[in-house]
Amino acid sequence: MIKTLQENFQKIQKFALLGGIVAIYLVAVGMVETFAQRNLIGTSLSLGHAFLVLGPIGVGILIAQAMKESETKSIYVAGFLAGALSSVSLILFNIVIQIFVIQADPDAVFYLRNMFVSFTPTAFEFLTFGQGMVLGNILLFLFFGLMGMLGVSFLRFPDKIRRGWINSLIWVLAVGLFSENVAQILRELFGPGLGKIIFSNKSMNPVAAIILFAVVFAFSYFGLKKEASDKWAAMPEEKQKKGRVFIIIMAILFVAILPWLVGLFLSQALFIIGMYVMMGLGLNIVVGYAGLLDLGYVAFFAFGAYTMGILTTTGALGRSDLNFWMALPFAMLIGVLWGLLLGFPVLRMRGDYLAIVTLGFGEIIRILALSNWLAPFGGGAQGILHIPQPEFFGLSMNSPQAMYYLVVLGAVLAAFVTIRLRDSRLGRQWMAMREDEDVAEAMGINLIQTKLLAFSIGAAFSALAGAIFAARLGNIFPHSFNILISINALALIIVGGLGSIPGVVVGAIILIGLPEMLREFAEYRLLMYGMLLIIMMIVKPDGFMPEARRSQELRDEKDTLPKQAAGTEG
Amino acid sequence: MAMLEINDIHTYYGNIHALKGVSLTVEEGEIVTLIGANGAGKTTTLRTITGLLTPREGSITYEGENITGIPAHELVYKQVAMVPEGRGVFAKLTVLENLEMGAYSRNDKEGIVSDFDRVFSLFPRLKERRKQVAGTLSGGEQQMLATGRAMMAKPRLLLLDEPSMGLAPVLVDSVFDAIVEINKEGTTILLVEQNALMALSVANRGYVLQTGQIVLHDDSAALKQNEMVQKAYLGMD
Repeated sequence: MIKTLQENFQKIQKFALLGGIVAIYLVAVGMVETFAQRNLIGTSLSLGHAFLVLGPIGVGILIAQAMKESETKSIYVAGFLAGALSSVSLILFNIVIQIFVIQADPDAVFYLRNMFVSFTPTAFEFLTFGQGMVLGNILLFLFFGLMGMLGVSFLRFPDKIRRGWINSLIWVLAVGLFSENVAQILRELFGPGLGKIIFSNKSMNPVAAIILFAVVFAFSYFGLKKEASDKWAAMPEEKQKKGRVFIIIMAILFVAILPWLVGLFLSQALFIIGMYVMMGLGLNIVVGYAGLLDLGYVAFFAFGAYTMGILTTTGALGRSDLNFWMALPFAMLIGVLWGLLLGFPVLRMRGDYLAIVTLGFGEIIRILALSNWLAPFGGGAQGILHIPQPEFFGLSMNSPQAMYYLVVLGAVLAAFVTIRLRDSRLGRQWMAMREDEDVAEAMGINLIQTKLLAFSIGAAFSALAGAIFAARLGNIFPHSFNILISINALALIIVGGLGSIPGVVVGAIILIGLPEMLREFAEYRLLMYGMLLIIMMIVKPDGFMPEARRSQELRDEKDTLPKQAAGTEG
Repeated sequence: MAMLEINDIHTYYGNIHALKGVSLTVEEGEIVTLIGANGAGKTTTLRTITGLLTPREGSITYEGENITGIPAHELVYKQVAMVPEGRGVFAKLTVLENLEMGAYSRNDKEGIVSDFDRVFSLFPRLKERRKQVAGTLSGGEQQMLATGRAMMAKPRLLLLDEPSMGLAPVLVDSVFDAIVEINKEGTTILLVEQNALMALSVANRGYVLQTGQIVLHDDSAALKQNEMVQKAYLGMD
């Protein structure tokens, strides 16, 4: 065993350094400390801990991958060593804080915290578990070693236990993280009793956590999921059909009662998710199907919002007294028209050039909305106020819940249209164009028509989302329509899986919903965003829910390469 | 009247004068080849014919109709199909879907079905791999697919751009066999090639293109004997 360790010591060092850098980075930017305020289980395990151990756990996983061939025992030891060594950077950090912050004079010329605001005594306290300089650092060292072993265990546990082990950990952490929201749902469903047993102090009760862990583990261990799917497969056709109808009805019911379960705040989050799903579906047509990289998608969102605002506002800028429903088609129409107008000049552009031009287009629209020149129409920087809420048969839809239904309806419509278009002749045209414009043209596809249709249909959905957005907020300002909306929409379809419709929903939940639920960490939103995108691109480049076609391509490559090598030609 | 008649076309890339007055004719039922070195303007000529480029001067006539500067996507409805350079298969579509795209311009369902059979009998390999994604085919198979896809448009004139490019010699033979076969079934072919020896051995007539101008034009057999062609393109001294 010692020999194996010696042989692999260079790897251990390398990974430990890597893990150390990750750990110190997360601490130094203040993430760990901020996240420590959110407890996951009891009062002792916080989200800060979860982030702190990302480094050593990752190191453990890397070690387990790199030493695949070695015997299990030495891998665990290596994992422990690497994990523990990765704590060295933090031990140094503790020493630095001890000397230059805690014992230093805050008024001195050189005071470290003037430069590094996150180098705080609280961070020191957190990292040493409140046990002081010597014991605390030893504990940290051992703790990181154990986390390294935990990382190894994710890959090296016997297969049967492994899945349950990982699943239960994820479940417990997730439920702990969203304690408040889960508690809220339980309260709505079963009254206040149950929630109080499971959750206390906005985090999960340790006992409840252990029970949840055991339940999920048992589920995975005894293969209950597989058993259920086997049973399902064994059922006669007739019964399966009924079951499917039942599932669909349950899903619809679930979507319908969701806003009442999660409360006011999360309903608002659901509304925003739904809005982004609508935009994502539209952008998915442009980018995912037609392959036209559009970075100015926010412009159409703005057109929808402004059209709705100008047509329905009761303020000074109002130009008609249409109501929401009458103005909605106009908003979409304006979106389509501007989609065409943007489409014409960029017909000859491809790839990067197209991206730059559309990016500029998006900015131009925002700046125009801000300008004095257009202020008589759009209100300039003051925006448009007093946009009435939509009414539904005399009922004002002024609650987030009511608007949620509206947005779900819009998203379902967008999904339906997208699916039908994808499977149509037009869908094929888009796909062919995405693959190769010249060849598509040589097949007889009219590129001009095909491109303009993609732009205008995509724009229509964005404008629809914008119109609903305007009616929900009641007032709109130019600065709401910044480039970040385009980036969000693009990132969510990439994270979800380009071209995939369920992917849009998943992407919107992850990129839009999660930040809404973790509002208190808003300052780290973009950092996490970037991290997530980078990790996604490395680990799962085709997204969380890849389109069947794309994943088929990746799979096929693996399947057929050996076949090809065995063939006679190259 | 010739099927395809190109009359003194001048094509530019920006300020670069790429084609300096190219004229050639293709009669119905022929295989005509256009040979020349790298950068001579072979592909430019094809792209000008198919409307991907527009000539500044000169005219292109197809079956008596002036098609100069016609949009590329309309040409296929006149039963002119092209196999682009570097194959250009739709990498993420399956073989079958690629062939379906080839029949995009047609509405006769039965005709399309029988043309599937025709393509599959011409290239049995494609039938084996019809469910496979085109990007995972070998170079030779992709060339077959691109050719088969062009055949799905039921062309009367087929334009081929360097079908031998990047293929192993044994595959070049089989691709050229298929070209002869397609021609025998009644499709006229304009073949652009760097592999002059192969091209001249299947073609009826040949044109030699040099820096944007036709410098020689003769029967294939005569061109093969031509001293300058032998020296420059056939590698003989």
